[in-house]
Amino acid sequence: MKIHEYQAKEIFRRFGVPTPRGEMVTTPAHAREVAERLGTRIVVVKAQIHAGGRGKAGGVKLAKSPAEAAELARAILGMTLVTPQTGPGGRVVKRLLIEEGLDIKRELYLSILVDRAVAAPVIMASTAGGMEIEEVAHKSPDLILRETIFPATGLQPYHARKLAFGLGLSGDAAAAAGPFLQALYRTFLETDASLTEINPLIVTGDGKLVALDAKMTFDDNALYRHKELAELRDLNEEDPLEVEASNYKLNYIKLDGSIGCMVNGAGLAMGTMDIIKLSGGSPANFLDVGGGANAEQVKNAFKILISDKSVKGVFINIFGGILRCDVLASGVVAAAKELNLKLPVVIRMEGTNVEKGQEILRDSGCNFTIAQGMKDGAEKIVKLAGGAR
Amino acid sequence: MSVLVNEYTRVVVQGLTGREGTFHAEQMIEYGTKVVAGVTPGKGGTLHIQVPVFNTVADAVRETGADVSLIFVPPPYAADAVLESLDAAMPLIICITEGIPTLDMVRVAAVLKGSKSRLIGPNCPGIISPGKCKIGIMPGRIHKQGNVGVVSRSGTLTYEAVDQLTKLGIGQSTCIGIGGDPIIGTTFLDAIRMFNEDPDTHAIVMIGEIGGNAEEQAAAYIKANVKKPVVGLIAGQTAPPGRRMGHAGAIISGGAGTAAEKYAAMSAAGIHTVQSPADIGSTLAAAIKK
Repeated sequence: MKIHEYQAKEIFRRFGVPTPRGEMVTTPAHAREVAERLGTRIVVVKAQIHAGGRGKAGGVKLAKSPAEAAELARAILGMTLVTPQTGPGGRVVKRLLIEEGLDIKRELYLSILVDRAVAAPVIMASTAGGMEIEEVAHKSPDLILRETIFPATGLQPYHARKLAFGLGLSGDAAAAAGPFLQALYRTFLETDASLTEINPLIVTGDGKLVALDAKMTFDDNALYRHKELAELRDLNEEDPLEVEASNYKLNYIKLDGSIGCMVNGAGLAMGTMDIIKLSGGSPANFLDVGGGANAEQVKNAFKILISDKSVKGVFINIFGGILRCDVLASGVVAAAKELNLKLPVVIRMEGTNVEKGQEILRDSGCNFTIAQGMKDGAEKIVKLAGGAR
Repeated sequence: MSVLVNEYTRVVVQGLTGREGTFHAEQMIEYGTKVVAGVTPGKGGTLHIQVPVFNTVADAVRETGADVSLIFVPPPYAADAVLESLDAAMPLIICITEGIPTLDMVRVAAVLKGSKSRLIGPNCPGIISPGKCKIGIMPGRIHKQGNVGVVSRSGTLTYEAVDQLTKLGIGQSTCIGIGGDPIIGTTFLDAIRMFNEDPDTHAIVMIGEIGGNAEEQAAAYIKANVKKPVVGLIAGQTAPPGRRMGHAGAIISGGAGTAAEKYAAMSAAGIHTVQSPADIGSTLAAAIKK
């Protein structure tokens, strides 16, 4: 789960990670009020959306007075920001962060994530602050420092020293690095984060380390033990269909194509998207109905798929194994009738009682086509849904 | 022959008395697997589906000589269940549970590294040596005893591949579902090394996914060491970057973990790559004819 920058900074402050002073606002009047309260010569007006690249898209501006802060807030609120991370549709700005301007001497990069290859958290740091870390990794991998933190010892002072000296910090900033890293590492562990990223981390004129930006992503599997974090979810930032699907506990991701997919299992769901593409079509979504694929879930999945107006046909690909195909088929028929489904539906299913299941589908009077195998199914649905578009 | 498990394997099911545990233990017994014990704290001393239940894994091992544990414990308690099996020095631990927090698995992985045990999963269908034993949730009847080793990050996509092989009359020595999570016990590399060393495994199918670089590591090993034909597929060629495709491990992050990179590494290693999941069986059939 992603959260906004201002929310990440609130969490940072709770764990003692220094951030600029600032507040989230939703109106120009409130922006002015916060700017006055901050009282700095410059305040920063930052659009709050769940995507990077906001600065280049015009979502981050400097104001020299509270009046200008209000003016900028008026301009940015309601604006649709299109960045490389938002996709072509962009995101509408509904919240702003108003922050004090700081005296920036250096811009660095710092993040913590789990390195799956060594099964332990890794701290990554770089002197190339403000740049996309992927770009740095690609162009100049030598600039990236990495420290793996093993759970038995946790973060040790030597980790912090290596990173601080590696970043060329000295004096007060070098001394601040230890406590800063300890606080950030605790933030990461105690919130079950999957990513904690500061880009840029700045060194101020008076030698302080401050998280000028903050990005946190949490492990969805661990949210059950962090109720307070789960409440930070901003549904405005998510696709409405994905939100609805998550209410049904369906694993659904909206894509750009026209063929709705309903599959059991994540791997087969990805494989189904791939085979649709190879057959000349384009998948409208990733959807994993789960191992059970019961009648209720099939109905919910249908609801989601037909709410997507770009869907021109549905491909159901279920490899049940233990699942009974007659039960599945009855569920599909009931759901299609209840929802008055008009779209062509191609169904491929494997499991026990396949023949009985196919008979139920054939005798249903619905617009169903039965496929033998997933290749046959993909080709049939691409044809029925009118080719590539 | 087969790898890791065979007709003598004795299984203890952690979470036997739960709904999932009961259902799949029954299926396994029907397949011929020796399910010798269950563990449910507080129900020790009872019988469940005619299997003796113990309070702890240590008790179950001492009383029944179980040498594999299979875990059906819900996510909040699953890491503890794996650690309990590690503490009991269980040689092989198979964790089916999906949804274990990543940082729980970081702690498990640290203990696992210092142990002699092997973990398969979590978030996996388990392992089957057709005709000998099935430990997990895969449908037994689609499998056929034979000489192809199958290793995969996905459950249902593995069934798809196995089904194709069986329909072509090609049997399997062992099929290992290594799991869809970012942190797993047994990797592609581990499984392929075992298949390479098993005289009764003559060819290998590896089914990867986007995310991470485990397929690349396995490809490097295959290039240097494996003479047996290997067929490889990567699921998620059409997946957008930055989105988690169901499996927590299936995410392209920062331009790394793409299907294109993995295919490139596999091709360079001489692996017979397939783009379409429908072509796994036929490609393997062609590869073993050569």
